[in-house]
Amino acid sequence: MREITFSQATLEAMAEEMRLDEDIIVMGEDIVRQGGIFGQFKGLPAEFGERIMDTPISETAIIGASVGAALAGLRPVADMHYADFLGVAMDEVFNQMAKIRYMFGGQTTVPMVIRAPDGLSLSAAAQHSQSIEAWFMNIPGLMVVTPSNPADAKGLLKSAIRDNNPVIYFENKILYKEKGPVPDGEYFVPIGKAKVAKEGSDITIVSYSIAMKKAYEVADLLAKDGINAEIIDLRTIVPYDKETILESVKKTHRLAIIHEAVKQGGVGSEIAAYVAEEAVEYLDAPIKRFGAPFTPVPFSPPLENAYRLNSEKIAKGLKDLF
Amino acid sequence: MRMVKYNKELLETFYYKMMKIRRFEETVERYFLDGEIPGFVHLYIGEEAIASGVCTSLTDEDYIASTHRGHGHTIAKGADLNQVMAEIFGKKTGSCKGKGGSMHIADFSVGMLGANGVVGGGFNLATGAALAIKVKKRTNVSVAFFGDGSSNRGTFHEALNMASAWKLPVIFVCENNQWASTTPYRTTTAVEDISIRAQGYNMPSKIVDGNDIFAVYEGFKEALEYVKAGNGPFFLEAKTYRIKGHFVGDPEMYRTKEEVNEIYVNNNPITRFEEEVLSEKLMTEEQLKKIREKVEIEIKEALNFALNSEYPDPSEIFDDLYV
Repeated sequence: MREITFSQATLEAMAEEMRLDEDIIVMGEDIVRQGGIFGQFKGLPAEFGERIMDTPISETAIIGASVGAALAGLRPVADMHYADFLGVAMDEVFNQMAKIRYMFGGQTTVPMVIRAPDGLSLSAAAQHSQSIEAWFMNIPGLMVVTPSNPADAKGLLKSAIRDNNPVIYFENKILYKEKGPVPDGEYFVPIGKAKVAKEGSDITIVSYSIAMKKAYEVADLLAKDGINAEIIDLRTIVPYDKETILESVKKTHRLAIIHEAVKQGGVGSEIAAYVAEEAVEYLDAPIKRFGAPFTPVPFSPPLENAYRLNSEKIAKGLKDLF
Repeated sequence: MRMVKYNKELLETFYYKMMKIRRFEETVERYFLDGEIPGFVHLYIGEEAIASGVCTSLTDEDYIASTHRGHGHTIAKGADLNQVMAEIFGKKTGSCKGKGGSMHIADFSVGMLGANGVVGGGFNLATGAALAIKVKKRTNVSVAFFGDGSSNRGTFHEALNMASAWKLPVIFVCENNQWASTTPYRTTTAVEDISIRAQGYNMPSKIVDGNDIFAVYEGFKEALEYVKAGNGPFFLEAKTYRIKGHFVGDPEMYRTKEEVNEIYVNNNPITRFEEEVLSEKLMTEEQLKKIREKVEIEIKEALNFALNSEYPDPSEIFDDLYV
């Protein structure tokens, strides 16, 4: 299979969908001339002209106007520059975008996508490094996807654009340059469906986005001790795939969740609570969660390094379960 | 004497819309105070000339974004009165199936994109709808109704700038009712005329007497012409006064009854209209009476519809969340 980068995969998704549907528009900061600050929109302005718009530095207007445009028949894709800036437009996200369909009794849909580049890069520090997906697990009315590789990046973005619900698409900044196999031709990755990325029998590791790399590293380390880990790539955070998780836990009897976001109140907390409620009798060991310490992201490299997930430490923690 | 010649149909529309809103609001107030309407209710009494004067010039294909004080806009835009009343009562036959209530009333079938429980939440929605109009090369417009208080939100400034920079077909209609919730707007707002802020966004503006429906209608016509010619947005400020408290049940510790009564008696948009059309012999008392009777029948019907409708079944709680 051909290999392309995560960034190219998102570009293919955008171009394919925009060719099929004239109602799709794209707006955000630094898109038209710059091609997006990570180059993830390069080439789109040349092909789609006025449908790609440079916005003022006005996050509430970017999201709010996207919502309004969606109500009036367009299918906007809004780029948030950095996921961290979603905070600026939070009312538009959770009081408008997420609620309009429900509070108006289903009179309308809000078909739009927010693209939100997230995660640690190199010393981008407290306001440009966060993984904030867990906030949105607490907001009914929207969907959240978190691709971990180029193939999913394309398939999930195409699904997000086609979906009539509002979708937040978290794309990890480090993953943009990563290459991976991507099928030729049109395909979709369904929203709400996790993938068993590696089959195993002894422990279930649930992860998503860039933390999937850690999940594989941890599985390799465990294998050296004869522990065969099953890895589930969640792919969608809202709604998350309860069935696939339960099925796996019932087989392996152990569960760990790994994400780059802070551990406290994270996606792992929800999954741990869910499995504890529904399948505690299947568990042979306590559920383990791995995430960042409960601090803002620090700047200085040694501090930032201490903030990052560490595969050795995770593997050691998991070996103790056996 | 007015500059524009008003035909019978237009005059009847003005009176009909204003009376319908007034009587609707009075009815809602009564039933709210009787404990039959749940939640919060913000009344539009005293400001009827603005929604009526504006929406008379709009079609169902034009959009409006409204506010927490949204019944007037909804009715003036032509929403089904039965459904609006039922929604405010929380019934399943309401426009939003009882999921929204007074603060989240909407009727997409007539281009009414929703009231908004968040002050200043509508600016960007109206701007986005105008963007869709422009992208789809339609000839419609989008209108953002808002109060003086919300012009201090960041959303106001972001939306005005974006709309002007992109020359979007949106008209910002400020209902300056002089009260930001319970605070006199001049104590927290740096400018007397909100419309002066339009200058900072390179946008033309006009101030009209918001309690004079003729002035609102003519001012909005001017805005509409400007916007429809592709010039970009327009800012219309209608000076008015909020006759009722911020919400029904507001103890109104911040002003005197005399102040309110003085305006209600001397600057009431409906009585001003009646006096003018009668003295200018544009309409007869008989004509006005006929319209009032028609409105009474419709209000009564809407009320009965709401009272006789079922509440939603608890099982409907998950309906219409996702597509």
